[in-house]
Amino acid sequence: MPELSYREAVRDALSRAMREDDDVFVMGEDIAEMGGSMGVTQGMLDEFGPERVRNTPISEMALAGAAIGAAMQGMRPVAEIMYEDFLTLATEQIVNQAAKHRYMSGGQLTVPVTFRTQGGAGWSPGAQHAQQLEAWFVHIPGLKVVFASTPSDVRGLLWSSIYDDNPVVFFEHRTLYGLKEEVPDELEPIPLGRARVHREGEDVTVIATGRLVHEALAAAKEAEQDGVSVEVVDPRTLQPLDEDALISSVKKTNRCVVAHEAVTRMGFGAEVAAVVQYGAFDWLDAPIERVGARFTPLPFAPVMEEWVVPHANDVLAAIRRTLRRDGD
Amino acid sequence: MAKVEQKGTLAKSDLRDFFREMLLIRRFEEKVEERFRAGELPGFLHVAIGQEAVAVGVCRALEEGDIIASTHRAHGHTLAKGTTPNEVMAELYGKLEGCSHGYGGSMHLYDVERGNMGANAVVGGGLPGIVGAALAFKFRGEPRVAVAFFGDGATNIGTFHESLNLAQLWEVPAVFVCENNHWAESTPGWQHMPIEDVSQRAVAYGMKAVKVDGQDVEAVFKATRRALDHARGGKGPVFLAVETYRLVGHYVGDPQVYRSKEELAETRETRDPLEHLRAKLELPDDEVEEIDREVQEIVEAAVEFAKNGTDPKPEDALKNVYA
Repeated sequence: MPELSYREAVRDALSRAMREDDDVFVMGEDIAEMGGSMGVTQGMLDEFGPERVRNTPISEMALAGAAIGAAMQGMRPVAEIMYEDFLTLATEQIVNQAAKHRYMSGGQLTVPVTFRTQGGAGWSPGAQHAQQLEAWFVHIPGLKVVFASTPSDVRGLLWSSIYDDNPVVFFEHRTLYGLKEEVPDELEPIPLGRARVHREGEDVTVIATGRLVHEALAAAKEAEQDGVSVEVVDPRTLQPLDEDALISSVKKTNRCVVAHEAVTRMGFGAEVAAVVQYGAFDWLDAPIERVGARFTPLPFAPVMEEWVVPHANDVLAAIRRTLRRDGD
Repeated sequence: MAKVEQKGTLAKSDLRDFFREMLLIRRFEEKVEERFRAGELPGFLHVAIGQEAVAVGVCRALEEGDIIASTHRAHGHTLAKGTTPNEVMAELYGKLEGCSHGYGGSMHLYDVERGNMGANAVVGGGLPGIVGAALAFKFRGEPRVAVAFFGDGATNIGTFHESLNLAQLWEVPAVFVCENNHWAESTPGWQHMPIEDVSQRAVAYGMKAVKVDGQDVEAVFKATRRALDHARGGKGPVFLAVETYRLVGHYVGDPQVYRSKEELAETRETRDPLEHLRAKLELPDDEVEEIDREVQEIVEAAVEFAKNGTDPKPEDALKNVYA
């Protein structure tokens, strides 16, 4: 089995789809010669040419909207929004247009477009280049939202997103691009809406997304040394959400921590907590804990940035808080 | 709907047919105003009385397979693109038989089969999608053109500028029809645009721009035909700066406090596209009356059709969210 980085896995999914299907093409800022700001599309220009690996001006509204318009004519464009923060500029098109054309037309249209984007703290990019905005988009009926945390997941989920007939906002985490993993030769599509249990456990369920999946796995290892068995579940698709998988995990462990890098308040984790408390109320032995960033824009100075966003020790502390409520 | 002759010349019978269609749109919109005031129609309604020659002139110039994106003032475009009065009226009444099956309403009229990719209630919202549709046509080598309707007010919004830049840069087969009716809702052109000639905005992107008298349906038709030929021929997009006039308020019920009654009366007197065409064709009164009777019957029948339409079930609201 070849070893692929998360970055290469994204590229692999895009390239395979483009080899098989003339309707798939990629467009975005600096994605051709430069290969994208994160190097994801490097080399694709040589293979596919400038028509299908299409550089755009710095025009997020038009590039998002053009992808939508091409999708409404049956193509399957993948538009790269260079930084999640720049989704703000494309939001009118994604929220008012992509998410609603099917609905407003009474089902006449499909909009099979994928918006790939990336973000995340860790490199001190500051307040406008590292936000995690997935919670904005899970709130919009008509959109699907994916957040992949491993090379094999990102490859299989991106494939399914490209071939989904709905608009998908596809989040990648910047600090994961170098993460490597052995993946099968054959690309295995991963159905949207299915969670992944990364690690089975008995005492606490940690539901984590993006970078926090890896922080949760590290915390689980720590906890194991204290004799605490932690289950780590990654929903992978945030909309639609695999509620059954989350609820059944918590019914088994009776405790739940929700962890993401985005700001805790009003975050995706709040919805997960609501789903879990409703679905597993009688099984819960402790209040659901939430782990996320403090309620502030991301600061520049590394010591401040480090302090604002959550890490494995924050997840571990939350695990321990759920155990303190132990009824035994 | 009869196809007009391809070369860009119009026989008198074509123009008579245009007159009939323009009058149908006029009577349709007058009826819509009346039914709205009677409390029968939900939602927000914007009529385009005075702008009928643009809708008919542009849409009659299109070929099979060409598509449009429209605006919140969409009744005329939609009817001219071939959606039946029954289907449009049923949509305004929120019925399943409507062209958007009750999910859209006046500001979101769609008819995908007939090439209407939707009316957009966000000013400028449909323009990027037209660039993308045209890009798809180019990718596939299909001889089709994507056409965006929008008003002068939309030329101040970012999507307009980004879309024109992108369309010209990629030389996609698109035509941008700016219906300059001189009012952005209640704000006159001189208050929202520091230039008088809106076509300068297209010229700034290197785009071919053509000025057209939007009250003269023949002029609109011919200019559109040339623009379509240009775009279809792979020469890139065209901007049509169409001078027109909104002879009514921004929305049905608008008291128009921002506008002088004298100005409006004078414009109605001198710039009505129907009067212009009637004079040009020298249509006798009895012929006009006959056409008028015919289209009013169609409009009345559309109201009946719509009123007898099927209400969606409340829970139908959950359909069509995802494919």
